[in-house]
Amino acid sequence: MMTRTTQFARNAAFALVAGATALGGIAAPAYAQRDPAYASARASGDIGEKMDGYLGIVGAETPALRRIVNDINIKRRAVYSEKAQAARATLEEYAFAAGCQAILKTEPGEKYQAPDGSWATRGSGVPQRDARCP
Amino acid sequence: MSPFKTTTKGAAAFAMLGTLAMLPGCITVNAPEEPIVIELNVNIRQEVIYRLAEDAGNTIDQNADIF
Repeated sequence: MMTRTTQFARNAAFALVAGATALGGIAAPAYAQRDPAYASARASGDIGEKMDGYLGIVGAETPALRRIVNDINIKRRAVYSEKAQAARATLEEYAFAAGCQAILKTEPGEKYQAPDGSWATRGSGVPQRDARCP
Repeated sequence: MSPFKTTTKGAAAFAMLGTLAMLPGCITVNAPEEPIVIELNVNIRQEVIYRLAEDAGNTIDQNADIF
């Protein structure tokens, strides 16, 4: 009898741990990481954040860079479109608002589009953004 | 008296000519293509961007793989 209760307690503890691990496993994919090719192109400054909320190729265009940029921009557009509808804004407005935030979130060394349209390198301070950005 | 009057008349005529000459000048100054740029900017209003800021920030965090 005593052994049975201990066994039950052990099983319950195991189930709790397993459940917590499963929950953690589910939460992770929702915040999926960048594709390694995209991450390295960003870090090297070949791809930058534009004011309009999409990615752009900074220097010389290559088929590989074009493929990464187009692929992500199509996905971004789909997300913007859905979110804009929910927020009762236009696609362009939502994309621009996201661009303001995306430029703000760039890390030192990454490229972003300055208000004059040129590519700038993010420094340690705040990035140069459009006057309408909050 | 007489020469003074002529001078005043002359000055008045000169001032009128000056005003007339300036009028068409003012109109041509406003002609550059700048209004097109302003019109594009007005399409996206600042108040809308402010309203969407938090929402857009969350969207970026929730879709970290494409941002």
